[in-house]
Amino acid sequence: MKRFLTPKGLIGLSLVLAILLIAILAPLLIPADLATRMTMTARLRPPSADYLLGTDQLGRSLFYRVMLGANTSLMIAGAAVAMSVLLGLPLGIISGYYRGHVDNVLMRLVDTLLSFPALLLALTISAMLGPNLPNTIIAIGIAFTPFLARIIRGEALRVAQMPYVEAARAAGTNDLQMILRHILPNIMPPIIVQATISLAFAILAEAGLSFLGLGTQPPQSSWGLMIQASRDYLDIAPWTALVPGAAVALTVLGLNMFGDTLRDVLDPRTK
Amino acid sequence: MLDRKSETLNTASNHSAQPLVSVENLRVEFDTDDGIVVGVENVSFSIMPGETVCVVGESGSGKSVTSLSLMRLVEFGGGRITKGSLRFNRASGEMMDVVHADTALMQEIRGNEIGMIFQEPMTSLNPVFTIERQLTDGLRIHKGLSQEAARAMALELLKSVRIPEPERRLKQYPHELSGGMRQRVVIAMAMACEPRLLIADEPTTALDVTIQAEILALIDRLKRENGMAVLFITHDMAVVAQMADRVVVMYRGNVVEQGTVDQIFETPREEYTRALLAAVPKLGEMRGKAAPEPMRILGAEPTPPIQPSVAQDLDREVLLNVKNLTTRFPVKGGVLRRTVANVHAVEDVSFSLKVGETLSLVGETGCGKSSCGRSILRLIEAYTGEIWLDGQDIRKLGATELRQARRNMQMIFQDPFASLNPFRRLQDQVAEPLLNFHLTSGRELEDRVAHLFDRVELPRSFLRRYPHELSGGQRQRVAIARAIATNPKLIVADEAVSALDVSVQAQVLNLLMELQADLGLSFLFISHDMAVVERVSHSVGVMYLGRIVELGPRQAVFEDPRHPYTKSLMLAVPIADPRQRRMHENLKFKPVPSPIFPLGHEPERSAYDEVAPGHYVLRPS
Repeated sequence: MKRFLTPKGLIGLSLVLAILLIAILAPLLIPADLATRMTMTARLRPPSADYLLGTDQLGRSLFYRVMLGANTSLMIAGAAVAMSVLLGLPLGIISGYYRGHVDNVLMRLVDTLLSFPALLLALTISAMLGPNLPNTIIAIGIAFTPFLARIIRGEALRVAQMPYVEAARAAGTNDLQMILRHILPNIMPPIIVQATISLAFAILAEAGLSFLGLGTQPPQSSWGLMIQASRDYLDIAPWTALVPGAAVALTVLGLNMFGDTLRDVLDPRTK
Repeated sequence: MLDRKSETLNTASNHSAQPLVSVENLRVEFDTDDGIVVGVENVSFSIMPGETVCVVGESGSGKSVTSLSLMRLVEFGGGRITKGSLRFNRASGEMMDVVHADTALMQEIRGNEIGMIFQEPMTSLNPVFTIERQLTDGLRIHKGLSQEAARAMALELLKSVRIPEPERRLKQYPHELSGGMRQRVVIAMAMACEPRLLIADEPTTALDVTIQAEILALIDRLKRENGMAVLFITHDMAVVAQMADRVVVMYRGNVVEQGTVDQIFETPREEYTRALLAAVPKLGEMRGKAAPEPMRILGAEPTPPIQPSVAQDLDREVLLNVKNLTTRFPVKGGVLRRTVANVHAVEDVSFSLKVGETLSLVGETGCGKSSCGRSILRLIEAYTGEIWLDGQDIRKLGATELRQARRNMQMIFQDPFASLNPFRRLQDQVAEPLLNFHLTSGRELEDRVAHLFDRVELPRSFLRRYPHELSGGQRQRVAIARAIATNPKLIVADEAVSALDVSVQAQVLNLLMELQADLGLSFLFISHDMAVVERVSHSVGVMYLGRIVELGPRQAVFEDPRHPYTKSLMLAVPIADPRQRRMHENLKFKPVPSPIFPLGHEPERSAYDEVAPGHYVLRPS
């Protein structure tokens, strides 16, 4: 863990921990009505002593909304990305390792999915399953799977051609052991990087779904929903977009730094 | 030889002993994440006009850093010249200070007064431009020639480096040329502005030995015809012996010794130079000896006596018998990716290997030697043929049986950096074959792995380390430990020492020979290096275009080569002895034809004449 003790590692780790803490603790500590209470006399207020980060078009406190939104946004993004990694890993590894017909069939399938914009795909799936939280996660998870599967396949293809894989085969290693001992550890670094980037896109994808009425349902708060709602007031109340936008940006920054460091920590070559 | 010497003296005296290049107390530092690393320190030497100076050293010796500093190219790799002076005598007669020259002046010098050629001819040519474009660009920039004049000159240059069909080459792209031709183009580019100094950084390391011989002869000729000085960077003492007027020996960023080529080879003063020279196998030095012999290692205890290196023991059992092995790779083409042709990688190859002996397959790139080794282990599938190992036809085994059979046949790969998984501890990698075959487990497994480390002379403290913490030679020892873990009978060593420095190569070769003596291993030794093969083999098969063209006891093949290809191969190998120079003016070897044949092409079978007992030569078709 010594490798986390770099400036980048420490900033990344603290940001991620802080945001996680907020996401977990906010719903327990902040009464829900603080974030949903509308004050019609205090609409679109700029940040002030009364309203720490200002208010939105319905006079709700942006501070509380962004705090409570962390939970929804991170849970959806985290679960969706985890799902796409779990789906993408077997798809990509089987394609890249076995190649041939299996690869052709699986990758044409993936290409088909890739040919739809991810959001449109998520939208279709979400519309089919119905708008609720688990379905939003499934929709985004499936929509993101082709990207990960593609990257994982490429990496698996590269690693499968490394001499150490041939050496292991010559030493009598079977396919399952080969994948677990040799392929998987060596393809992890780019997957970690891709997964952290995907988290950011997943937060935004959730926003897109929410905007179309298929993601998070009001009055529940999410960062995506907040960004979408701010759209009409950008010129008169830019903070309504900046506050949730900054939350997303900080999360992505923290995750990227954390992911980079995690990759270095896992790689014995950088010790 | 005499001729060459007087010539050097001539050119030297003509220029009133003013050095072309003088390097004094050069120090280059690199900024890395772990602080400042010194690349070279206290390096001083000079190059006289018309002279070839070879800078020789093993990896990490700083030889490339030195040559890059001379062009100030080292800055592009993150280096800084922090001390010393580099002076270059310009065509105008003015002595310039390279260290403090500004960018504009350096650009004027680079490629104009100092030409440079690199190791990898494919990467130093731009793949998207034709040869003509690449050649004429430099001419137009540095010489201000018109398109027409530049084109005419490019053609002249290609002729001067003796490229066949130069007119056609101008219109071709780099990938359409062979490696040797590409290096000729690179040399032509470097020669375009008639530089006063040519820096050649390992120009032949990536090339086959016959092409190397041609390129070395070409550089030598250009040097003599144009009175150009050459700074030749290499790791290969044999090349040094063939090329150098003077030699600078480097080790870990310092100059160890410098002197004339004769002095360095005949009376080396420094211990390191002597060790380096001792470790180089010289082709022909095994003349009259029937059995393999360990390499000399200076400084180590006197050559360990390796016992059962007895001459060809006719009574020994045959371990591996390969019959009519043929391997083809499909060439896919067209919209439907159908097979349109076949690469005939291995063509009707037969040989047998006895218990406890080494059979070497030797040949140039693409001759099929590696494919042959891989086919035998079934890492690739052969097309036809039989592979009898210990009474079992390996080609007939099903997946489970094959996995079991792999206990008895293991492989050592060329690149010790790539053949170990960077994410696993060394002990786990050596234990892998033992685990795969459930041979042992737990405490016993740990003991066995530790003993294997002892056996290959690696400290036990390495057990828990990762590959990147080891040097190339140490990694290759790990790979050897892994290969002998299951007590196999056959080990295929595919260029197992090619990537190693010469002193390390000698140690690893001795380790292999020791293991053979102790464990009765049989080696199928695949190599392009004739001198190494001569040292380690009991029998030799020379491969060319997928076939074995000559097969027999090592002594017979090396001392009495019969096939024309074997002969030209022997002629092309540079010898680490300046008294045996072979820089023939018109060295010209036949290019190797393509091994790609249309579908359904059935080449005729290999037929051999037995010219001496056990010595077979392919009958010309």
